[in-house]
Amino acid sequence: MSYEILGISVLWIFLYGYLIVASIDFGAGFFAFYARLTGKDHLINRLISRYLSPVWEITNVFFVFFFVGLIGFFPDAAHYYGSSLLVPGSIAIVLLAIRGSFYAFENYGSKKNIVFLFLYGATGLLIPASLSVALVLSEGGFIRETNGVVTLDYLELFTSPLAWSIVGLALTSVLFISASFLAFYASRAEDRPALELMRGYALFWSTPTIIAAFTAFLYLSQHNERHFQNMMNLWWLLGLSVVFFLIVLWLLYKGRRYGWMFIAVMLQFLCAFFAYGIGHYPYILDPYITVQGGATQEAMGIALVVVFIAGLLLLIPSLALVFRLFLFDADYVKGKK
Amino acid sequence: MVIDTVLWSRLVTALTLSFHVIFATIGVAIPLMISIAEFVGIRRKDPHYTLMARRWSRGFVISVAVGVVTGTAIALQLSLVWPNFMQLAGNVIALPLFMEVFAFFFEAIFLGIYLYTWERFRNPYLHWLLTIPVVLGASMSAFFITTVNGFMNQPDGFVMEAGHFSAVHPLQAMFNDATPSKVFHVLTSAYMTGAALLAAVAAFSMLRKGITDYKKKALKLMMAVLLLFSFLTALAGDTSAKFLAEHQPEKLAAAEWHFETEKGADLIFLGWLNAERDIIGAIHIPKALSFLAFSDFNAEVTGLNEFPADEQPPLIVHYMFDFMVGIGFALLAVSALYFLFLFWKKRNELNKWMLRVIALGAPLAFLGVEMGWFYAEIGRQPWMIRGYLRVEDAATTSPSIMPLFFVFLLLYILLGTMCVIVLRRLFRDNPAEVEFEKIAKTKQAALAAQTSSSPDGSKEEGEPNA
Repeated sequence: MSYEILGISVLWIFLYGYLIVASIDFGAGFFAFYARLTGKDHLINRLISRYLSPVWEITNVFFVFFFVGLIGFFPDAAHYYGSSLLVPGSIAIVLLAIRGSFYAFENYGSKKNIVFLFLYGATGLLIPASLSVALVLSEGGFIRETNGVVTLDYLELFTSPLAWSIVGLALTSVLFISASFLAFYASRAEDRPALELMRGYALFWSTPTIIAAFTAFLYLSQHNERHFQNMMNLWWLLGLSVVFFLIVLWLLYKGRRYGWMFIAVMLQFLCAFFAYGIGHYPYILDPYITVQGGATQEAMGIALVVVFIAGLLLLIPSLALVFRLFLFDADYVKGKK
Repeated sequence: MVIDTVLWSRLVTALTLSFHVIFATIGVAIPLMISIAEFVGIRRKDPHYTLMARRWSRGFVISVAVGVVTGTAIALQLSLVWPNFMQLAGNVIALPLFMEVFAFFFEAIFLGIYLYTWERFRNPYLHWLLTIPVVLGASMSAFFITTVNGFMNQPDGFVMEAGHFSAVHPLQAMFNDATPSKVFHVLTSAYMTGAALLAAVAAFSMLRKGITDYKKKALKLMMAVLLLFSFLTALAGDTSAKFLAEHQPEKLAAAEWHFETEKGADLIFLGWLNAERDIIGAIHIPKALSFLAFSDFNAEVTGLNEFPADEQPPLIVHYMFDFMVGIGFALLAVSALYFLFLFWKKRNELNKWMLRVIALGAPLAFLGVEMGWFYAEIGRQPWMIRGYLRVEDAATTSPSIMPLFFVFLLLYILLGTMCVIVLRRLFRDNPAEVEFEKIAKTKQAALAAQTSSSPDGSKEEGEPNA
């Protein structure tokens, strides 16, 4: 396998990792706020903060990892995405900054501040929306290049049904993934009231998620014929995704085996995400950057791959330790440690 | 004067970096202090030091949060504000940037574990061991990111071909000539600043609320660290100056207002320039610049006039250089004086004036770090990558950069204020001594409960279970 294919595969896996961990985090913020408004916060707040406090920083790193890696493997991306995303990217920075620091202020500093909680909840929905703009841009047709100056066509972007459907998909998936994870976590903690609440949220958000997915798919067929056709050729992956979704629904409905239920959620998104990603190949930004054309120098590409493998050898045991201590340690989850 | 997009881009970056560097310095230094305190606590079986580690780490998390989010901001801004720089240099510097994220990842994982496992290990050294990856991760990320800055000062590891870098050697770019002295200086000055900060907190609290054993121990420990690292910082500064004299003479010349190349050059402290570039009111130290640059009082030092006018750094860097050096030596002197008083029984090392000076040391140390970075960065003007890419060719062309400056200004004001408020609330109504009593009590209660045959007695969550 050539290093640039390896590079984009690695990045895509990391983006998928971010999708899962960040969705849990972003959704949790929203649910925490919503539960406070509806007077149910006593049920889930402790659960949420017990899981999130040790890992919120790790979530952030997944994101930095993805874009530093993207610029590293494909420096041309800096020119196009960097120039065109100045405003949406800066908005995302501001939101991430507010969210990250206010989470720490609330959880390690002063307790029970409704303003902090509101900012935490609201940014949890705005960040996925602003980040998904980058995915929309990658489909092409929103960026203009004249005399080497790259600009973003905002009118085109804001009137595009594709853009809105992708934003919608991002929001609903965040809430669905988060609710199903928290249901699983509540079941580990043997916390019945929290489990029932989160199970309800997960069931509720499953329908909009699948509707948004089909809508986005439909608009993609109108916007980028090539990408759509490529994805149709991967029909079996999309089909698998739907099968996993049905498994999730069934397990949620029956109210048991929450561990398997969440694994099915992850597989559902894995299949869809990779069908989307593979269908996107060979473009990183249609039509300006391709995987081969935009790749970095070979020496750098190989160095990055080597470092990546060395880094994984360091990270995987460390992450396993985190999981053992905070996710699969029954006593910790139940609040006894 | 019309401020163009290039200047706005520079201002946005300067703003983000000067805010970030405060928290980055804390982020690099404080884990080491926490680690030292916890180790001393276990070693001497003195719970005061363990409490120190706990309290410091509690405050540390708050500042880490701001450091993480501003670090994310600068990582994104590199591409957003300087897209052409990243497109060109990305081929050469991607490796250290990537490795920095790994170091950050490593640190983030173990910091989370450290904070939530205070009572989970039977052997206290196991918990202390968790500080090692945190200290290493923090210092390694400082190392990697400093190599990138070193590359921008002293580019290496590529061949320039038709406006593109080719024949790239990533490791050679990372270990460029500027890297050793820069890393040495960045790390020592960060540790120095961290020690100055914690010493100042202890001194300030002594001034306000009186002297206690806990504060005395904290102050003494941090003054020892401060003495060591202010000495090493001075050494690192000297190494850096010698590096500049050899490889980047225009930067040193601008800092020293050294215009004519000459042998036995004077070191100039403070003063000002008139319209004809004559130096007025400065303190001249004869031949000291030659000695500083080459360890030889009669060595020849290249003057600024040797360089074309459009490649000369702004002369204002002189003051930044002077303040940085002055503050560094002041901290060294204060910590030396403290230990002189401590060992010389006739003097009280905790007298009011000493404490006031130590308390003042923290803001000065941070000012010194800021001044040092301003000197390093402005002294590189007009280059983005020295000799290869000028700043005006690297910046974004989008006019939106101007309103974004104010958006970020507002954001940092908000974050800075909130951070201070939260930190104050965390410590003001919860003095170390009260907390110490509380821990001792719960420990006793837990012990009593254990002996009276109910091992899972009424202990509060997060408190020691013996």
